[in-house]
Amino acid sequence: MTDASHTEGPMLAADGTPLKQSLARSLRRQKLRALLLIAPLLIFVLFSFIVPIGAMLFRSVENSIVQDTLPLTVEALQSWDEKSGELPPENVYEAFVRDMVVAVENKQHTRLGTRLNYEETGMSSLFRKSGRKIKKLDPDTDGPFKDKLIDIHDGWGDVKTWQVIKTHAVPITNGYFLNAVDMRRTPDGPQMQPEDKRILVKLFGRTLFMSLVITGACILLAYPVSYLLATLPMRVSNMLMILVLLPFWTSLLVRTSAWKVMLQQQGVINDTLVWLGLVADDARLIIINNQIGTIIAMTHILLPFMILPMYSVMQTIPPSYTRAAKSMGATNWTTFWRIYFPQSIPGIGAGSILVFILAIGYYITPEIVGGTKGVFISNRIAYHISSSLNWGLAAALGTILLAVVLILYWVYDKIVGIDNVKLG
Amino acid sequence: MKPTKFLLSAAAAAITAGAASAEDMTLVSWGGAYQASQQKAYAEPYMEMHPDVNIVWDESSAEAVAKLRAMNEAGNITWDVVDVVASDAIRLCDEGLAMEIDPDTQLAPAPDGTPASEDFGDLLVSDCFIPQIVYSTTFGYRTDLVGDTPPDDICDVFDLEAYPGKRSLEKRPINNMEWALLCDGVPKDEVYDVLATDEGQDRALKKLDTIKDSVVWWSAGADTPQLLADGEVVMGSTYNGRLFSLIEEQKQPVAMLWDAQVFDLDGWIIPAGLSDERKQRALDFIYFATDTQRLADQAKYISYGPARKSSAPLVGKHAELGIDMAPHMPTDPNNAKNTFLYNYEFWADYRDDIDAKFQAWLAQ
Repeated sequence: MTDASHTEGPMLAADGTPLKQSLARSLRRQKLRALLLIAPLLIFVLFSFIVPIGAMLFRSVENSIVQDTLPLTVEALQSWDEKSGELPPENVYEAFVRDMVVAVENKQHTRLGTRLNYEETGMSSLFRKSGRKIKKLDPDTDGPFKDKLIDIHDGWGDVKTWQVIKTHAVPITNGYFLNAVDMRRTPDGPQMQPEDKRILVKLFGRTLFMSLVITGACILLAYPVSYLLATLPMRVSNMLMILVLLPFWTSLLVRTSAWKVMLQQQGVINDTLVWLGLVADDARLIIINNQIGTIIAMTHILLPFMILPMYSVMQTIPPSYTRAAKSMGATNWTTFWRIYFPQSIPGIGAGSILVFILAIGYYITPEIVGGTKGVFISNRIAYHISSSLNWGLAAALGTILLAVVLILYWVYDKIVGIDNVKLG
Repeated sequence: MKPTKFLLSAAAAAITAGAASAEDMTLVSWGGAYQASQQKAYAEPYMEMHPDVNIVWDESSAEAVAKLRAMNEAGNITWDVVDVVASDAIRLCDEGLAMEIDPDTQLAPAPDGTPASEDFGDLLVSDCFIPQIVYSTTFGYRTDLVGDTPPDDICDVFDLEAYPGKRSLEKRPINNMEWALLCDGVPKDEVYDVLATDEGQDRALKKLDTIKDSVVWWSAGADTPQLLADGEVVMGSTYNGRLFSLIEEQKQPVAMLWDAQVFDLDGWIIPAGLSDERKQRALDFIYFATDTQRLADQAKYISYGPARKSSAPLVGKHAELGIDMAPHMPTDPNNAKNTFLYNYEFWADYRDDIDAKFQAWLAQ
């Protein structure tokens, strides 16, 4: 009887609680402990990596400055038809003066001017010049303001000014992303930039193309070196390894500048070629300040990132396989192509992903040796971060670059398979 | 220095000296010979007078605007005084990242009592900007590569027949567009009116097109001196102080082409949002470092002209080379026969627009 009653109810643990519950509790405790163990890293990654990147990416759509600085104006502009070709009515001007008096007090008007100047040239000085004079107006007694504002600066009598304010008054904008693909936000919807200002799509294309070329060059150069590293006797291969790692430990700037000395027209390579008589003195090769310069320097700089994963994969390929193939009559080529090469593919895969992703975001080397035709999209991002201060556009460009890398990673996974990537 | 202010800072100095040893004050500058000249002319004498202040340098002026913006957003400003070019000072002021300065109460008057606002005159291009030096962007050329008739006209830069070979120009539209228009026959006083139009911009780019294949584009001030020294280029634009050290200190066969040099300013700003104590200390340093004698002292170490009118007569000899510095100043009458003043207002507006076109043109 007692036995039967035990089997009827839920199975109990030693302390009398149902076994299921007890198990779940101990599992939970284990999970919590594991979480606590990785907590330092998780928190570190969260605050030093994910949050800043997230915040930066958010800038690509964030645009509350217009509404925050000119709240009354934005509201008043709602009832104005921007396509009518006529100036907004007096109530917009009055709201604008009220907003500006506050904005000038808080020194926000020049900041807004800078923001709008990204969209329409001249807004920066329009706001800066008008600020002081508008501050002297009293919104309650000095009206009407329309003519007074136009007197202060004729920019306020230009329909375009008000169109720009209204078009960019949305708190979340697609404007930066449009700019990032050579388009812009207009009252009539998205439109292409004028032909002579289109540059970013071209730079994206060039960045992808050149990164592919650099990755290809790295594969070709790294394969034989890694093969030697993996097959030579330990003493020699250690020596070779140091030669591979030595440049790896040298400062990036030093290596890039060294390439400048090597490649320029009065540089080492050209001097040697002229001395050997291979090249005429007045026809020295142009191998710097163009795409070739960038490709040469970046291939050299990124080469260790290809060699190291290839080497560690090749080291694990058992020599007995190739010996077996040869003993069964395979030629050297067949042995290599059918037996050795397929086993080394995971190393090529890992190296290619590393090199390609590093190359696509490279900035300093193209800047120094790339001239005008060898620069990457990251040089434009750097320009917008540090020079033009158009962080929204920089963030949009960065987001697109990130998306492109993720898509390529996905494509790579579909074609090669990410399981086929090994670091050793 | 006003007596009350002096007493205050002396009292503050006494308190801090009693509480702790020297406190760090971070100055931001450009590194290299320029920062060294500031160290000798301003920082060392100042630290001697104020043993309680220890000046540390940060070589971040090139990214100062972006970094200050980031610091401001993070609410933690670690810099006390920042050296920037005038156009950056204007942007920092526009963004509310720099403190406004009243020259007549916060800067030293000239020795004869002329208030600072008159002594600096037109060079006070922004409410936040305390000018320090006048420098110029101009051309240097290899004396051994130009034959018997050295270039003496800015348009020689565009003359590939008379002066074959490469030239180095800065990889940005500023200055290049102006020179191109000047050499395309636009009168000097109309250059910016023309450049404000689409046709004018196209015209400038078209003129630059004529030498595009012979141009090496630089982005760091040290590039042109290196290219000239290596014989990579026949002539190239850079800052006049860089050319001075190339010619006089490194004795390279290079000479200056002062024609149509573009004047620009460099000076200090104090970041907005400093604590009262740090602000006071920064102002005290600025008061000292931009007085008439100090500005003249800096010219002993580098060939940039002092921004005060009253400093010019005090400019002496180079501290190490012993040569007279006056003839090497961009402002010297012999060098300044034909000059061009950077138009801050114009470039603040048109910079992004023209830069996009310029970069698109470069990429073609």
